[in-house]
Amino acid sequence: MTKNKRIDAPTGTQTVGHEWDGIEELDTPMPRWWVFTFWGTIVWALGYIVLFPAIPMVSSATQGLWNWSSRGQFEKELQAEAVRRAPITSALAAISVEQLAGDERLYQAAVEGGRAAFKVHCVQCHGSGAAGSAGYPNLNDDDWLWGGDMPAIHYTLTNGIRQPDHDETRFSQMPAFAGVLSNGEIDAVTSYVRSLSGLEKASPKSAIGAALFSTNCASCHGVDGKGLRAFGAPNLTDGIWLYGGDKASLTTTVNNARYGVMPRWDNRLDPVTIKMLAAYVHSLGGGEANPAPAATPVPKAAKVASHVQP
Amino acid sequence: MDKLVTRVGVLFVVALLAFVAMVLGVDQAFSVHMGIACVAALIAMAVSMNKFDFLTQRFPVLSGPSVASRYDDDPIRWGVIATMFWGIAGFLVGLIIALQLAFPLLNLNLEYTTFGRLRPLHTSAVIFAFGGNALIATSFYVVQRTCRARLAFPGLARFVFWGYQLFIVLAATGYLMGVTEAKEYAEPEWYVDIWLTIVWVSYLAVFVGTLVKRKEPHIYVANWFYLAFIITVAMLHLVNNLSMPVSLFGSKSYSAFAGVQDALTQWWYGHNAVGFFLTAGFLAMMYYFVPKQAERPVYSYRLSIVHFWSLIFLYIWAGPHHLHYTALPDWAQTLGMVFSIVLWMPSWGGMINGLMTLNGAWDKIRTDPIIRMMVMALAFYGMSTFEGPMLSIKAVNSLSHYTDWTIGHVHSGALGWNGMITFACLYYLFPRLWGRSRMYSLRMINWHFWLSTIGIVFYASAMWVAGIMQGLMWREYGADGYLVYSFAETVAAMFPMYVIRAFGGLLYLCGALIMVYNVWMTVAGRLRDEKAMTETPHNPDADRPYVAVPAE
Repeated sequence: MTKNKRIDAPTGTQTVGHEWDGIEELDTPMPRWWVFTFWGTIVWALGYIVLFPAIPMVSSATQGLWNWSSRGQFEKELQAEAVRRAPITSALAAISVEQLAGDERLYQAAVEGGRAAFKVHCVQCHGSGAAGSAGYPNLNDDDWLWGGDMPAIHYTLTNGIRQPDHDETRFSQMPAFAGVLSNGEIDAVTSYVRSLSGLEKASPKSAIGAALFSTNCASCHGVDGKGLRAFGAPNLTDGIWLYGGDKASLTTTVNNARYGVMPRWDNRLDPVTIKMLAAYVHSLGGGEANPAPAATPVPKAAKVASHVQP
Repeated sequence: MDKLVTRVGVLFVVALLAFVAMVLGVDQAFSVHMGIACVAALIAMAVSMNKFDFLTQRFPVLSGPSVASRYDDDPIRWGVIATMFWGIAGFLVGLIIALQLAFPLLNLNLEYTTFGRLRPLHTSAVIFAFGGNALIATSFYVVQRTCRARLAFPGLARFVFWGYQLFIVLAATGYLMGVTEAKEYAEPEWYVDIWLTIVWVSYLAVFVGTLVKRKEPHIYVANWFYLAFIITVAMLHLVNNLSMPVSLFGSKSYSAFAGVQDALTQWWYGHNAVGFFLTAGFLAMMYYFVPKQAERPVYSYRLSIVHFWSLIFLYIWAGPHHLHYTALPDWAQTLGMVFSIVLWMPSWGGMINGLMTLNGAWDKIRTDPIIRMMVMALAFYGMSTFEGPMLSIKAVNSLSHYTDWTIGHVHSGALGWNGMITFACLYYLFPRLWGRSRMYSLRMINWHFWLSTIGIVFYASAMWVAGIMQGLMWREYGADGYLVYSFAETVAAMFPMYVIRAFGGLLYLCGALIMVYNVWMTVAGRLRDEKAMTETPHNPDADRPYVAVPAE
């Protein structure tokens, strides 16, 4: 091999003497900076291994001189955050839902916390702007199925809607009218219901529907169709539709009924978070004043065109 | 004659068994795959009986120059064409899924075209079909020339080529039909894994057989890297795919590992697929084609030895950095991070040896677009192998992990390093394999170079911005101590970056399409009449051309 060694003219470096398909190799020393950096990373690695958990032993691993662990770091960060937030959370834990609406400073703090919790737990159904979608109520308006004051929202959040095996849950059940009413009768009722919010003009058919409505529907939706929160029965006159107000959607609703559900959060979230969520939803624009003690639900104000964030 | 009868008999039995398995298949995908296997065996049988080298007889242009080469180049000619074909397919699917992320409507509401199924199609097409064919073809080319020996087991070499294409077809159709092991970069199910094992062991036999036949005293460095790639990929593939089929006639299987062990095995595999498939294998290509194209000696023999052994020793431990802050025990995370950092210099050894080989030929960057591509490839290799150790640092990883930064990192490596070096090698190979004096057009290579480079810049910078933005939004706390953004809001914020990324991918695909045209014309024997890339720079004072001065 040595006999093939030669000096490469452009670089002035000796070749190693190997040759493969015309390829030769120079005998250039390894770049110094490369060697030093390589050794540097090795020395750093040895130091790191001593300081942090690294070497597996029989039943566990070396802890490292700094006694660091990823879970420990996480716990520490959570604890620091809990301490920082303690004044607010303990105040929120102490105050009742009824009083919270009156305490402007705490209410605002609760709204901010609720905004964050909403983005984790609620946006999947209600949307990140809380505007809902078909089957999931818009929380920005003042149209409430079960009530829009702080205690009512808090109750809904705590106990959920139509949760089986939970006695306190919000529960109502509209009958499925398929088979109870004929197709023609359902056609008439839907025409009447649509006429309540001006989607259809009054007609002989809707007049028939009005009669059917008063015998079959008025007990829950009210004689005037304005709904009844005690049953979670929606207001049919305001032009806000959870499942759609077109003829086909309404026909489906009357035929089969709809039973939307919401989880109860009392077995998933802590009481303070639920309170904060209630404050956030309340703040979205449709929040109502606390009811007078032991009073019947306050008749709802007319729909407000625009809602100003508090 | 006996040999022929045996071969036809074996193929007939294989076809028969595949047919039986097709009929007995418990799910549709399995039956489709066995049908494909049956047809493949029947075609192989017919070809054997007719003693008919289908490709080279039907398309004489594929048999290359009429002068018989001293080396066995037919499988290499098929291989470079397969590389081009799968490359275009892979880039196109990549562009489609990039657009799907920006415009979800493009999922077409069909199960076969959803992102979840097209994504493994894209990754496997570019890594295993494009990259794999490039590796097999170039390794057969390089090992013959640097050993001065013809391929050992020529029949087996042809089986490797066709068997690998069958593997690609089975994997790709499987993804579309929803057949998956759900292991990233190892998605094909158990029967496809077994087939690949057979093909890969044959590949090893051909490669090692040729090394054994060599007429050179030493084994060239490129072959060390090829051998490390072939052996390690075999080991990784076997261990990560250990699984139990639910039925012998069904496509579903369950992994031999569970929980965090499964995750660690998967990322031991996944990271070393990058390390040994996309790094060691492509460094092998670099070590042959860069000195050949530059017509310069390799920069440092010693560096090649030290960086080879340190690279293959260190890489195999780095996988746990994919599982930072997970259920993986802290000690394993530490080791993953430490080995990744120490890996930095061994990785850069390849870049130094590649770039510095141009010492004494730097002027070729101006005149030779192929050298230009090689230099850009090595530059991206250097960037990615710096970015990789950096991302493995836990503090950085806590920001970057699960974000599109990772996607940007992978693509600066895949598009910049693997893609560019492959294009450069193909541009080197096509004229030589078909006996042409040069490529049809050097200027088109230059266009390809610039489209690719600009495409990568758009792609990588969009993903850096997207990833860091995403990571910061996920962890942003307001003054009250609560998270500020919901997940959907971070997705919405990514939209412009997704569009820019797709645009970068489009440029890259356009460059590759120009290459297809250039290659087509070269194989057809045409030479484009065009101006030279550059005039030799003339020094008016001395009235002589400027002479290239070496860097050191």
